[in-house]
Amino acid sequence: MSAYDYSREEFAAVFAELQKTYQIYGPKRFVGRGRFSDTDLVRYAPLASLDELELAEKSSLSPKSLVFPADETIFHFNDHEFSQPQLKENGEIIVLLRPCDINGIARLDKMFLENGGQADPYYQRRRQRLHFFMIECRESFENCFCVSMKSNTTDNYEVALRFAGDRVAAQIKDQRYEGLFGQKGRAGSFSPEFVSENDKQVELPTVETMPAEMFNHKMWEEYDSRCIACGRCNTSCVTCSCFSTVDLFYADSRQCGERRRVWDGCHLDGFSDMAGGHSFRKNKGERMRFKAFHKIYDFRKRFGFDMCVGCGRCDDVCPEYISFSSCINKLSRTLKGGSDK
Amino acid sequence: MSLDLNRKTVTKNAFRITKRRNYTAIRIRVPGGHLNASQIARIAKIAEQFGDGNLHITTRQGFEIPNIPFAKMAEVNAALRPLIEELELEHGVKIDNPAAGYPAAGMRNISACIGNRTCPFANTDTTGLAQRIEAVVYPHDFHTKIAITGCPNDCIKAHMQDFGIIAICIPEYDYDQCIGCEACVKACQRKVTGALDMNGSKVVRDERRCIGCGECVLACPISAWTRKPGKYYRLLVMGRTGKKNPRLAMPFLDRVNEEVVTKVIANTMAYVDRYILRCLPKEHIGYIVDRTGFNVFRDEVLQGVVLNPEARMAKTIQWPGYNTLNDANLKTPK
Repeated sequence: MSAYDYSREEFAAVFAELQKTYQIYGPKRFVGRGRFSDTDLVRYAPLASLDELELAEKSSLSPKSLVFPADETIFHFNDHEFSQPQLKENGEIIVLLRPCDINGIARLDKMFLENGGQADPYYQRRRQRLHFFMIECRESFENCFCVSMKSNTTDNYEVALRFAGDRVAAQIKDQRYEGLFGQKGRAGSFSPEFVSENDKQVELPTVETMPAEMFNHKMWEEYDSRCIACGRCNTSCVTCSCFSTVDLFYADSRQCGERRRVWDGCHLDGFSDMAGGHSFRKNKGERMRFKAFHKIYDFRKRFGFDMCVGCGRCDDVCPEYISFSSCINKLSRTLKGGSDK
Repeated sequence: MSLDLNRKTVTKNAFRITKRRNYTAIRIRVPGGHLNASQIARIAKIAEQFGDGNLHITTRQGFEIPNIPFAKMAEVNAALRPLIEELELEHGVKIDNPAAGYPAAGMRNISACIGNRTCPFANTDTTGLAQRIEAVVYPHDFHTKIAITGCPNDCIKAHMQDFGIIAICIPEYDYDQCIGCEACVKACQRKVTGALDMNGSKVVRDERRCIGCGECVLACPISAWTRKPGKYYRLLVMGRTGKKNPRLAMPFLDRVNEEVVTKVIANTMAYVDRYILRCLPKEHIGYIVDRTGFNVFRDEVLQGVVLNPEARMAKTIQWPGYNTLNDANLKTPK
């Protein structure tokens, strides 16, 4: 392991050098593309240069679309055969992301590569192209609660980067970058620090088995009227991995078309619709319960750690000011026999 | 000693003849309807010092301070100077002698809804636009009403103005990003014109039905709908209230940029100058357009205007309204 220091210009040259081999993704600001007029949208996108890397604001959408696109064709079909589409580009990708999102993708790995004993080939072929360059994250953004979720730290990266004013420091964990990074920088001693305290703290439920009465507890009822089922908590979440499959036919054809998988979410209407007109979780409170249990209970039962990474994006984007972190605290309080208010 | 006033000079100076003899009222312009607390305090002080401590908030978002003795006009003008500097000169309005009060009153205060400084629906900073237009059209003596609204909800009632400016957007769709949740389609069908529809799991937009309100952008949970860069407006013209023929302003230009809007309004001043009936004490623009016909108006105000590629224009305009003298429908109940 080695470390180097750079001026911003020097590091921009390293960045440009990397781009000869890799596509580099990171949080990028799209001016004027925010939900409200004259506001910006920050989301993961290919970066043309270091200057496009947005560090001042949390991205409202997570990097999960790199491994799990919102809409992906899984096969083309005609009347007698089907074929799996090739990826348009298959080059390697460096993604600049923070510890919470690295941990988020580790959770997606569990879901797509291990769950059910079958690795998802569509996920896998995108996942194996990714190289994590960790953006050191020493200060929380609003609504972050990564420390409570133990996702504030990670060693799952090849390079760690500190952006401090016009200085950049890098820690190289993967030898393959040594030559390129060593060439332009001065030897340094950088070792990444991690945020150790968030303004927002979450107390997780400590129960081994969720009591059955919690499923129908009245604490969920307030969300019946508060939640509008817009699904922003699901689309912004780095660990939400649910999708629906959709078939479409080409123009007037009855035989040729494609099947796609498209993001779906437990808060969206229609998510639990079934053949015969059955539908589970019609009330928004039931959807909130389902999400909460999955994020901080069910997933842990299966994989040993919680699904939620505490990035706080769901709280950032909820138009109805529903706070998921408050909901977890409420659940924990209720389980301990306290007030659900 | 009785007062000897030139009524026309006084009126142009934004003072008015009131029902109380020897007393006037001053009208204070607030372009875009936005001012800070210290400016309000200054206005309050004028009311206390020269009037009777009362203020009226005008329908056009200005202030009117009544019960000021005509004799105090010069002092009031001197007190107005910092307000004129901050609310007019600072935004590029050219006033030769700001110590002499307002130089014109024909061009009415440009009012605006709260706009996107606060409102999530607004497609632009309506106050900022009002201030920029103020710099182009004020001072001017022709009676003209302009209002700017941030979205087609039209909270400022742009439909009742000579020029009603509605800020709109041109929504852009990211096909790959759309998850087919139908939130935009529901919003558009329930609240707007039903310009959006599902085609399989994706959304199609009927470009002709789209009024650019931005509801789809607001509804989309994944930013598949965003606003095309740039600012776009629908320009409604020649709405009015009044004793003869109240009517709604109608769309003249759609999806035009700020430059087009501003130039058309500026050109209208020259059109009015050419066609106004000077035998009348004043004539509203709408009645001039009634006399010359829409085509003459259109051709004159579009002189030198370069329409942006997205622009659409009305082929002809018929204004919905009624003539007040038509009372055939009004009967005394038996």
